[in-house]
Amino acid sequence: MKSVLATLALTTALTLPGLAMARPVTMTTTLNNYGGDGAYLALYVTGAGGAYVGSLWMAGGKSKYYEHLTEWYRATGGDSAEVNGITGASVGAGRSLEITLDLADALFDAGYTLHIDAAVEDMRDSPNEVAIPLTRAGAGTPVNGRRYVADFAYDM
Amino acid sequence: MIRALHRWPGLLALALITGLALSGAALSVFPAAERLSAPQAEAGLTVAALADRIQTVYPGVEQIRRSASGRITAYWFDHGAPGAAAIDPATGEGVASADPNQAERWLTNLHRSLFLGDGGRIAMAVGAAAMLVLSLSGTMLVARRAGGWRRWFAPLRGPLAGRLHVEIARIAVFGLVLSSTTALWMTASTFDLLPDGSTAPAMRAEVSGETGFALHQMPALLQTPVAELRELSFPYPGDATDVFTLKTDRGTGYLDQGTGALLGWSDLTGWERVYETIYMLHTGRGAATLGLVLGLMALGTPMMGATGVLIWLAGRRRRPRIRGNQPAGGAETIVLVGSEGGSTWGFAATLHAALTDAGQSVHVGPMSGFAPERYTRAERIIVFAATYGDGAAPASAKGFLDRLSAAGGAPRIPLAVLGFGDRSFPVYCAFAKAVAAAAQAKGWPEFLPLDTIDRQSPQDFARWGRALGEALGLDLELSHQPILPAAETLTLVSRRDYGAEVQAPTAILRFALPPATLWQRLTGAGFARFTAGDLIGVVPEGSAVPRLYSLASARRDGFIEIVVKKHPGGLCSRQLTTLEPGDRVTAFLRRNPGFRPGWGRAPLILIGAGTGIGPLAGFVRGNSGRRSIHLFFGMRHPDSDFFYGEELPALQEKGRLTRLVTAASRGTRPHYVQDALRGDAAEVAHLIRNGARVMVCGGRDMATGVADALAEILAPAGLAPAVLKAEGRYVEDVY
Repeated sequence: MKSVLATLALTTALTLPGLAMARPVTMTTTLNNYGGDGAYLALYVTGAGGAYVGSLWMAGGKSKYYEHLTEWYRATGGDSAEVNGITGASVGAGRSLEITLDLADALFDAGYTLHIDAAVEDMRDSPNEVAIPLTRAGAGTPVNGRRYVADFAYDM
Repeated sequence: MIRALHRWPGLLALALITGLALSGAALSVFPAAERLSAPQAEAGLTVAALADRIQTVYPGVEQIRRSASGRITAYWFDHGAPGAAAIDPATGEGVASADPNQAERWLTNLHRSLFLGDGGRIAMAVGAAAMLVLSLSGTMLVARRAGGWRRWFAPLRGPLAGRLHVEIARIAVFGLVLSSTTALWMTASTFDLLPDGSTAPAMRAEVSGETGFALHQMPALLQTPVAELRELSFPYPGDATDVFTLKTDRGTGYLDQGTGALLGWSDLTGWERVYETIYMLHTGRGAATLGLVLGLMALGTPMMGATGVLIWLAGRRRRPRIRGNQPAGGAETIVLVGSEGGSTWGFAATLHAALTDAGQSVHVGPMSGFAPERYTRAERIIVFAATYGDGAAPASAKGFLDRLSAAGGAPRIPLAVLGFGDRSFPVYCAFAKAVAAAAQAKGWPEFLPLDTIDRQSPQDFARWGRALGEALGLDLELSHQPILPAAETLTLVSRRDYGAEVQAPTAILRFALPPATLWQRLTGAGFARFTAGDLIGVVPEGSAVPRLYSLASARRDGFIEIVVKKHPGGLCSRQLTTLEPGDRVTAFLRRNPGFRPGWGRAPLILIGAGTGIGPLAGFVRGNSGRRSIHLFFGMRHPDSDFFYGEELPALQEKGRLTRLVTAASRGTRPHYVQDALRGDAAEVAHLIRNGARVMVCGGRDMATGVADALAEILAPAGLAPAVLKAEGRYVEDVY
């Protein structure tokens, strides 16, 4: 179980400085036993129409492999500055990644979508492993991923 | 310096390098297995046709990948469930699981990071760097030992561990340099130390917003043969803004799903191409045969590690600590040592101890530390000079000749040079001779002439010690046995006597084989394994110095046989020649790998005189394969000292001996074995031109005479004994 507390005050446009307008959100991503090495995961948000807004977390330290997170890579142009300071280790099969971020209230119920791209060495690239709209009502409801993510949920 | 660069990385990184090599060798099998098992695409198949076939079978296909081995894998979604399979390109059907091989994955993680993440990657990179340093320093040592780069594959001589080490190394080094260099490059790339990361994706034109263009009509896919395909990713179903992404070995492009048009393309950068080549060379993916060859070469590494440790241990054992060494400024006798492997230091220590016992003050130091101005109280300088390779200065004598020639005048302190070498090398004691010649040219006074020690012979050393003692007016007994092996008791079973009439009483002594322990039998230690030409060391009563005799029998003959001539005043030979059946003697076995007939069918020319017939008769007796053997034997008189005179005709009848030529130095027509060679010059030259191997055994004068005779005989053919020696086709066992 990985637990990361990150305050995204400086890193992305997704957080607002005043605590009154932001709230801590815990995101839990549990991987299934897919039988491979540690997975690279990119958590990011797109706005209405699919436009990239910003990154929340990058699990996986070697920028050389980011191209396999294909949707994230295309959206950001592979710019690893997008995940400066919000990068952690890759996540092993069957393990969980738990991160807590202060997310701006304005992101919820406003047409934003949270995406997870996943990739594993010598296995398929899995862009949009998870893609769920950010809503207050959806909090606490786990959703299944496509290939590597057993379930994902965010709690506020 | 180079030796230190070879020794310490080798010893420190031994376990790491062994792990790397073994896991690498195991991994090298997988690309070859994948290449053999994967169904290959037919020539000329386009990506368009392949993708169409796969989509027909798996309508939810998302990605098609082709590995360097030609294996094609498809990934799809079917009713929300992901699927994957290795595809037969002829049908588009899945034929095998696409899951990664767990054994390969485990080995890969062990090989690159010891399962320890980045720390493990760095450790393994250090291992690869050590391997590279070892390969390069080892290459220089091999070239130095062989006597030059052009002699890289020259035959080797010397102890087994050293020969094995070099024998494996000079083949495996090519693979090890390649594997370790590529490993370091790949690690640097993984840690983003190289600018070979993938570039930003190509600019992409606006998509048409339409969907449904037929796969098999897309121009870019029709133009791309499957052999060039890396990956084809399909657009998300229902997402009209998404595109087809095509990766080939030239670059990456995007295709519109509504029009099939190419929306953008970016070529691979030069750095990416370099990385891919390096990846292929290291992993064998895309070059399976090379991978297998590299894997085989890597398998030599544990063997080199083991033999390397043995060489190091042997060197350490040989180099003893010198107790009570005097400072150079205060010593009467300065002993300077030029040694490569360390064995010469042992002799210096023995001399140091003996002279110190005799009341002298002695300083022992390396030849490279030669500083005559510091030897203020010295009365004599003794130089012990080994030779490295083809006459080069050994490690501890580097710079000696330069210092000597740079010195203003000749040192006034008298000098004695003792050379250490191996007569089976083409240039025997070349460095010692160079030192003696340089000293003479400089006008350096000599208090003892140049002498030599063959293959660390304790007898040679004791003899030189007596000469030194006479020169110093001391009674000096130098008994040096480098490594005294465990001695065993041998019982005489029979003796045959010769030569009394010609004042050369000689006996062929036959001893029973001592019972071998299970351990000896398993390891071939002691008398559990020996062949004719090996040596036995006999320690006579009343002396600590063992005497070496050549064996005239092999283990499978079932007895131990030597030929011993009684020397006037000889302690050991007197004791041996008075033995009667049932008497016992203490002896140990010393291998003599440089003096073997070797494998093969090439004819043998055996030349010996007197007791030198021993090992040669042993070779003839063991010649069950009926190899052509020509034996030249010199004796005094056929009626008195024709050793093996009864046995040889029978062996000739059995086909084990092709021809016997004898020469008798007394009698009606006195001549020597070299005369017999000259008399047979045409036949001898013919045999040698056709690859014959020459083996000489006997006294020094005889060996010199034989070499001179052969030089005359071979000159018309443009050959010389030195050339044959360099090829390992002319070997001597001389005493």
